[in-house]
Amino acid sequence: MASRSSQQGLFFRIHIDLTLLLALLALIAAGQVILYSAGGENIALMQRQWIRLGVAFAVMLAIAQISPDTMRRWSPVLFIFGTIMLIAVLLVGTKALGARRWLDLGLFRFQPSEMMKLAVPMMIAWFLSAGNIPPSNRRIFAALAILIVPVLLIAKQPDLGTSLLVSSAGLFVIFMSGVSWRLILGFIIAGISFTVPMWLFLMRDYQRQRVLTMLNPESDPLGSGYHIIQSKIAIGSGGSFGKGWLNGTQSHLEFLPERHTDFIFSVFAEEFGFSGVLILLTLYMFIIFRGIYITTQAHGTYARLLGASVVLTFLIYIFVNIGMVSGILPVVGVPLPLVSYGGTSIVTLMAGFGILMAIHTHRKLLAH
Amino acid sequence: MAAKQLIKDHFIELRIFQHRSIVAIVFTIVLFGILAARLFYLQITNHDHFTTLSQNNRVSVQAIPPTRGLIYDRNGIILAENLPSYTLQIIPEQTRDIDNLIEELATLIEIRDVDIKKFKKEVKRKRRFEGVPLRFRLTDEEVAIISVNLHRLPGVEIQAQLTRYYPYGRETSHVVGYVGRINEKELKTLPVTNYSGTNHTGKLGIEKSYEALLHGQVGYQKVETNVRGRVLRVLERSNPTPGDDLYLNLDINLQKVAADAFEGKRGALVAIDPQNGHILAMLSMPDYDANLFVNGIDSKTYKALNTSWERPLYNRTLLGSYPPGSTTKPFFALAGLELNVIAPDHEIFCPGYYQLKGKSHKYRDWKKWGHGKTDITKSIVESCDVFYYDLAFQLGIDRMHEFMSSFGFGQRSGIDILGERSGLMPSREWKKRVHNQVWFPGETVIAGIGQGYVLVTPLQLALATATLANGGKLYQPQLVHSIKRKSDPIPRLVTPQLVREIKVNRPSNWKQVYHAMTEVIHGRRGTARRLNKTGMRYKIAGKTGTAQVFTVAQDASYKEEDLEERLKDHALFMAFAPVDNPKIAIAVVVENGGHGGSVAAPIAGKVIESYLSQFSNEELKAPQTNTEQKQKKPSASKKPSAYKQPVRNKAKPGNQQTHNTAQFLNEPEYQSHKNLTQAHRTKENSHG
Repeated sequence: MASRSSQQGLFFRIHIDLTLLLALLALIAAGQVILYSAGGENIALMQRQWIRLGVAFAVMLAIAQISPDTMRRWSPVLFIFGTIMLIAVLLVGTKALGARRWLDLGLFRFQPSEMMKLAVPMMIAWFLSAGNIPPSNRRIFAALAILIVPVLLIAKQPDLGTSLLVSSAGLFVIFMSGVSWRLILGFIIAGISFTVPMWLFLMRDYQRQRVLTMLNPESDPLGSGYHIIQSKIAIGSGGSFGKGWLNGTQSHLEFLPERHTDFIFSVFAEEFGFSGVLILLTLYMFIIFRGIYITTQAHGTYARLLGASVVLTFLIYIFVNIGMVSGILPVVGVPLPLVSYGGTSIVTLMAGFGILMAIHTHRKLLAH
Repeated sequence: MAAKQLIKDHFIELRIFQHRSIVAIVFTIVLFGILAARLFYLQITNHDHFTTLSQNNRVSVQAIPPTRGLIYDRNGIILAENLPSYTLQIIPEQTRDIDNLIEELATLIEIRDVDIKKFKKEVKRKRRFEGVPLRFRLTDEEVAIISVNLHRLPGVEIQAQLTRYYPYGRETSHVVGYVGRINEKELKTLPVTNYSGTNHTGKLGIEKSYEALLHGQVGYQKVETNVRGRVLRVLERSNPTPGDDLYLNLDINLQKVAADAFEGKRGALVAIDPQNGHILAMLSMPDYDANLFVNGIDSKTYKALNTSWERPLYNRTLLGSYPPGSTTKPFFALAGLELNVIAPDHEIFCPGYYQLKGKSHKYRDWKKWGHGKTDITKSIVESCDVFYYDLAFQLGIDRMHEFMSSFGFGQRSGIDILGERSGLMPSREWKKRVHNQVWFPGETVIAGIGQGYVLVTPLQLALATATLANGGKLYQPQLVHSIKRKSDPIPRLVTPQLVREIKVNRPSNWKQVYHAMTEVIHGRRGTARRLNKTGMRYKIAGKTGTAQVFTVAQDASYKEEDLEERLKDHALFMAFAPVDNPKIAIAVVVENGGHGGSVAAPIAGKVIESYLSQFSNEELKAPQTNTEQKQKKPSASKKPSAYKQPVRNKAKPGNQQTHNTAQFLNEPEYQSHKNLTQAHRTKENSHG
């Protein structure tokens, strides 16, 4: 402990976990390399991404300075503010691509659902940490009720990807709080027993068809299946070592859709092959394990629950995105964290890592 | 107590959390394991499969159409060429406002509403980066106007492509034919790969019959395309093989002389070199401009052409079946002599009509009061019908049919363009087969003057004349003289095909007929004596003919001027010259022209004169020895032409050229052409 504090003294004082920071920088560097290729060697696009990264890092640094205790106290305020914002989006939000997700604030567009990725686990962690651990069944149901409101509001936009991430963030908090396995099993059985009759009796044919297409996009090769088929071709044709940087034909000849955003992993897999993919996955795994390590070292229930939720949500990000582009999960709009081009998600993710760093570096102050 | 509770809680809580953290780690490893397994499956196990799919995605093969072969006349004058033509097209992707742009273009050049309508339809079907044509066949001036303004017309492009052009589109319309856009029916029969880049195919004449040679072999390029099909770069290219050039036996100057001589009349003219069957001129009037058809004729013009009572689209040389009338007389005279039915000094008395024994029907002569005493020469010179009624009766239809068939009457000639009709030389079997009736003697009588059932095409008449002129050698008429591949330095000759040689019993019989035919032009009473001019370097042998269109009732006469134009007689004329050394045999039909001697003969005279003007007096004389024949060759240098080997005086059957031609006919590329000519021959054999 002493030796590490002397090594990381400076970073500890500015509330930065150097290990995590270096891993994140390595990931972002890899992301920049592939974004350059996927974006069609477009410097202007890269510059816009640098600005976002700059903002994201600033947000991370700022949040790292806030003590978990302060966060805990502000959690309900943030949650209520976010929920109001979600309602506002549904009423007066800006519509784009068939979904109402943004609030136009004149200077910039604000996406409340992104904020809720952090506000929801904070709120539930606040709620559960106020009571006994493991929580009583009543408290668990109350936590679920808190969770369901923003999730439904986001799903209504519609934004399936974000509502999935928000609900998993909340559920991870509940899971980490020690909810009994029996209860988890009960929920799973209840879910199935609700889904099956709904599928058989309540849903109309076209609704079933829509769900089936979402689950198996390849049944519709010219419609929703087109993306996933092209993505699999890109990944598969990459082979062991890939086609080489900037040489991916699927991406550069524009067969691959959304190549610099949701499908950027396919570009990476096409150009760097399976060996490159393994390195990337290892890097992600390292960040997750570092995150779990940080939460096990954390002081206080709130910090532990929130930290674990942030790390596991990051895992869900990765799994859903790669699973989706490689054809084992339905296509929901989830970006590859810290690699995909795009504004708000990168800021939210870095804010999440800011929380982890705060949890880690405010420990000793609490201990003293 | 409270503090204890808190500590206890804290302890349990930490244990629960650590326990759950282990679950989280396992969960992480499982999820990453699933991802790694899935990616291994895609990238390692199924790598080959996806590599193939990726290749198919990006590489596409494009056809490069070959350049069509050119067609020249016998002197190397071009008859069908590929000229750059300019098309104005708009690339929608590069324009801001298409409607505005079209409006602006309309201020510069003529753009019709039809063009805009067509354009709008095309725009919807094509991809945004593809040019959509707005105007075809821009004039040089229009190209210049657009080029100057191009900088302020974003998305506008002028494209040059090769379009078939016929410099003598009118004169050659029926012979050379034309190319047109491939239609659905042709799409099914043309070889798919070889035509993958081709829009046009031969529709008529030489262009159709020699399609296989003219088209060439398609080339390919492999290109890398993006998802929208835009070509990014060429990966591999194999050049197309251009089509073969054709040199015709046709003399375009002669063709023009013939067309001018027709002067608004309807009819047909065919001129053949009797020594080898080469077609020197072949004209069907009225003609039309073949160029109209190349890029699609508009329906109004087409309707006008198609429904005109003058039938300009109808190729009379091959399809027109006319009663030959008196032009058959030299042939029947020869038949009578050669078959020993009449003696060379045979003579009859012509009272102006002919009656079969025991019948009251009078077969009238054209000369109401008769020709009086008539021998063979007079029968031809003055065209006595009664002489031939009697001769036909003596010959009988069987011998007439056999003799005339040997000259090609009633048979397809086997000319190297498609679509000829066979004409008709009637026989007993024919009548039994077609009309299911017995042959009546009266029908023999009128067949004797080339009326009744007898029908010839102008081509057949010319070919029979050529066969008569050369002493009985029936050649297959040939339009194409030689074929030049782009890779070969010199063209390969097409050998004249001798179909049959008619057995000559007594050469003096033939001479007697020639003499009579010569008198038709050069005698005092000849029906075509107007062709006789003082100081002519050669003598012409010929025969006029008048074919009835309108049947005159028994014992009635009619005045020509009372008849409607369309019911007037067809005027015919057949001839060859020089008599002693035939170089040209010709047949002329003028529809509703009236008398052969006054209408058809002058046209033939002009063509003969024009053709023979290129020969020296020496060459026009009868061939005496071999050395004299050799001296003819240098005449080639008289006319400068791209095509060095002069066609005339060439290609006698049996000389060394046969070898060349036989060789190329066996090569696979030429098979289709060979099949074509063979099909003709087979048909002919079944007839003969």
